[in-house]
Amino acid sequence: MIRIEGIKKSFGKSEVLKDINLQLKRGQCIGLIGPNACGKTTLIKSILSMVLPNDGTIYFDQKSIAGDETYKNKIGYMPQIGRYPENMSIIQVIDMIKSIRQFDGQTDEELWDAFGLEQAKHKKMRTLSGGTTQKVSATLAFLFSPDVLILDEPTAGLDPLASEILREKIIMERQKGKLILITSHLLNELDDLLTDVIYMQDGKIVFFKTTDELMAMSGHGRISKAIGHYIKSAAV
Amino acid sequence: MNKITNFIITDIIKNKIIIIYTVILALFSWSVLSLEDNMAKAMLSLLNIILLAVPLMAVIFSTIYMYNSSEFIELLVSQPIKRKTIWLSHFAGLSISLSIAFILGIGLPIVVYSPDAAGFSILLMGLFITPIFIAIAMLCSILARDKARGIGIAIMVWLFLSLIYDGIVLYLMFQFADYPIEKPMVIMSALNPIDLARIMVLLKVDVSALMGYTGAIFKQIFGSQIGWIISMGLLLIWIVTPMWISLLKFKNKDL
Repeated sequence: MIRIEGIKKSFGKSEVLKDINLQLKRGQCIGLIGPNACGKTTLIKSILSMVLPNDGTIYFDQKSIAGDETYKNKIGYMPQIGRYPENMSIIQVIDMIKSIRQFDGQTDEELWDAFGLEQAKHKKMRTLSGGTTQKVSATLAFLFSPDVLILDEPTAGLDPLASEILREKIIMERQKGKLILITSHLLNELDDLLTDVIYMQDGKIVFFKTTDELMAMSGHGRISKAIGHYIKSAAV
Repeated sequence: MNKITNFIITDIIKNKIIIIYTVILALFSWSVLSLEDNMAKAMLSLLNIILLAVPLMAVIFSTIYMYNSSEFIELLVSQPIKRKTIWLSHFAGLSISLSIAFILGIGLPIVVYSPDAAGFSILLMGLFITPIFIAIAMLCSILARDKARGIGIAIMVWLFLSLIYDGIVLYLMFQFADYPIEKPMVIMSALNPIDLARIMVLLKVDVSALMGYTGAIFKQIFGSQIGWIISMGLLLIWIVTPMWISLLKFKNKDL
């Protein structure tokens, strides 16, 4: 569904992405993990063409995304730090995106209801706490039932109750056969979500394996431990 | 594109600054036009204020607006919208709302007091100067990531075009007073949108006779049909060039 070929990106002198090649398929729920500043967010933003790579091509459904924007109709994106126009209320933001996307189908307002945003809908974006802003971002990402979900640190800043709601929503969407790409530092949270894991370091892919492979190799029952084990053994 | 432009216009109109701008323009033009008996003199005072205040307002307001809009732009880029549409919508939104303010503040009194060629040329020039400085502002906002720096550059450009440039022209005029400098003078004035707008209005107010020999040359060149068309073309180039450069920059910007 998404094919990344030889993506390179540098900001000034620092090389953030060094020749990334990936093939992501429908039905996968992929955890994109790695230390801070390893290029996760840059990679995600490249897929959304918010960051334009210096070299390489990204294909969405066999079509290059360069100069195209229609493919974004099929993507729901939840940014790490959602930045919204400060003077707009929650409902105005949602309505604006709805009218811009010209979406014909039924919008998915499950998260809107589950997060209880209805009560807060007239609050201005600038007055919202980080967690509530994240809830708005999550609602927007799932609103148009997209085929691909890209979630950058989805649970950062959410209270335990809200992150549980989001987790269940992700599991539900995964069962519908969507492609889900999640970055997170908190490995424990991802345990029963993921089908695959991409580990990035210094702008390179260290490994891309299914969770079963990982667990079989390390003998650990939990993804978080399996990854830790793998990294340690690779270092040695 | 229309939806985003509409959204920006409503957002700007909700902003109190634009209302204050309209009121100040209106106060000034009503008082100048109603207090001054000599219409030509009133027009000249109005012209001087317009050529100082309108570019300043357009350039500062738009630069700040573009920086404050960075979140909105980021949100839109992650949606299925062309970058070109996002950028041009901002330009259209700013141009339309600032032009409306200008028409309400200056246009209304002019239509009441002086609905002649001079009046309409002032209006027309205001409607050129506004988008020119919005385009410059958008270019400044994309050239500098830092807000303070961007606004600084925008003010410097305004200062250069409205004061320093004239100073340089005057200096050259005195230095080369013994030579036939009329032609270079005409070219130099034509290259600055504010000077060009001033000349276009002065020719219509019919005080160019007061400007001496150079004035006669100006009248000869800019007063003709072709001169008028060339001037409009030059003003259009002043809108299109900064807009086009900023659009290219925006298309390649990492957010």
